[in-house]
Amino acid sequence: MYPVAIKEPGLKGTIEHFFKRTYKEIHAVQDVSFEIQPGEIVGFLGANGAGKTTTLKMLTGLIHPSAGSVTVAGHIPFRRESAFLRKITLVMGQKQQLIWDLPAMDSLQINAAVYGLSDRAAQARIDELADMLSLQGKLTQPVRKLSLGERMKAELLAALLHEPQVLFLDEPTLGLDVNAQVAVREFLREYNQRFNATILLTSHYMADITALCDRVLMIHQGKLIYDGSLDGLIEQFAPCREVHVELAYAYHKAKLQQYGDVQSIDGSSVRYLVKPELLTKTVSQLLADLEVVDLAVSDPPIEEIIGRVFQVGQVH
Amino acid sequence: MKRLYKIFQTLLSTYYAYMLEYRAELLLWALSGCLPIILMGVWTQAAQGGAFALTSAQFARYFLAIFLCRQLTVVWVIWEFEREIVEGKLAFRLLQPLDPVWHHVWSHIGERFARLPFIAVIIGLFILLYPSAFWIPDAGTLALFILVSICAFALQFLIQYTFAMFAFWTEKASAIQELWFLFHLFLSGSIAPLEVFPPGVRQVVEFLPFPYILHFPASILTGLPVDYLRSFLIMGSWAGIFYAINRYLWRKGLKQFSGMGA
Repeated sequence: MYPVAIKEPGLKGTIEHFFKRTYKEIHAVQDVSFEIQPGEIVGFLGANGAGKTTTLKMLTGLIHPSAGSVTVAGHIPFRRESAFLRKITLVMGQKQQLIWDLPAMDSLQINAAVYGLSDRAAQARIDELADMLSLQGKLTQPVRKLSLGERMKAELLAALLHEPQVLFLDEPTLGLDVNAQVAVREFLREYNQRFNATILLTSHYMADITALCDRVLMIHQGKLIYDGSLDGLIEQFAPCREVHVELAYAYHKAKLQQYGDVQSIDGSSVRYLVKPELLTKTVSQLLADLEVVDLAVSDPPIEEIIGRVFQVGQVH
Repeated sequence: MKRLYKIFQTLLSTYYAYMLEYRAELLLWALSGCLPIILMGVWTQAAQGGAFALTSAQFARYFLAIFLCRQLTVVWVIWEFEREIVEGKLAFRLLQPLDPVWHHVWSHIGERFARLPFIAVIIGLFILLYPSAFWIPDAGTLALFILVSICAFALQFLIQYTFAMFAFWTEKASAIQELWFLFHLFLSGSIAPLEVFPPGVRQVVEFLPFPYILHFPASILTGLPVDYLRSFLIMGSWAGIFYAINRYLWRKGLKQFSGMGA
């Protein structure tokens, strides 16, 4: 729970706001209870502003819950004990901890010293992680000269140098191209298996969640509304695949509707929602009957699945 | 202890390298602190035509020493801290088993080493322009000056880092520093030496922290009379007061911190 200053629009509102501030109490998170076992990878889903980051901040000890209790790896996070801080890490896709104008290696050396790693242990760890992340030769270049994908990988390396047991990852693949996303996912999977690390991951990319998480938590307006397997969630709320077709020219809407549930038409670009059992048949028909320039099959955006959960209401 | 030594050594070498990336800016920053050199011209001229507590040559030396002291004690931690809070970067620092203040302390020290050659060049140039300002202090004076300058830097840092704590509650804590700077400018001895202040005013000012950041070390270097015991006592007391306030605000601020922008 935290206070937010409220201001009415316009000059009158501005003057009133200057002389007398009114605050509104916001419940960022309410009734969120869950337990995660060591070695689990759990996806944390929710629309923007649902309370994911607030929960991560409470779990890492950055903010103090106004009610309830939090225990991570046997510690109360907000006490920020050294033993706790050595066990955890936080990676935020939209933030960076590496020093921008220096090579990543300089920031890594600071982290190694802060976590008390010997030069030899730090170098061995850097080599191991750089190998897993395919970052060899990149760590001596200034961070600003790295591509976005390389920078994210270097951020991961910096965050994992002290071999944390619990990883909190907030949108770790944000803004990365498909190849870089795949590389980060594969790395996280390997890291989890090699070190039996526990991972709590938020992402707006469905592919991150499907590739890594067997279990998902879903949060809506600060409340936990789903805790279960990913398969269960997808079957229940996203039973369709999305087929995106780029046509040579615009067809009449009536003609396009013959092939399935049309979600949108934008000129020669058409989006269908197709049940998995009809997918092969529908795609074959589209390719046979229409002049198709490009065709892609994907899961509906996670926001859509979440939207459906919200429409249905509380689950489980 | 060994771990701390290793951390400090790494922080110093990294931030020194970082500051060297800004060598052009370093020269400009060093030049931006040239106000005492301008005032040197004003006061040496004034001393030639009127009766002041200092001679023309003493004024020249004093302001050259003030220039040096300003270069050695410059602090910008409040702007850095404010930025870290607003941009959420403090979150990363808080998740490491090291007080975030050490990053700021060593980045300042690293910058000071990177700035030294530029300070030496500027001082050399002004000695050429004002040969009367040239003098060589003895080794003991120089050693004492260095020690007091380190203390002055520590006090200046403590004061500003304490104001920086208000960034937990207000996003523009630097406004406090800007108001403080107005007093600092006049009462630290950077516009005029305390020797030319009316005696009553000087007596009050000497109980405030301002003169111990510039006037005290500059007086030692230029050989002006100094009450060492009293000066160290007042300086130490202010450092203790600000340290206590700082730690109190830090603890309170962390509870207040919402990880804004994190």
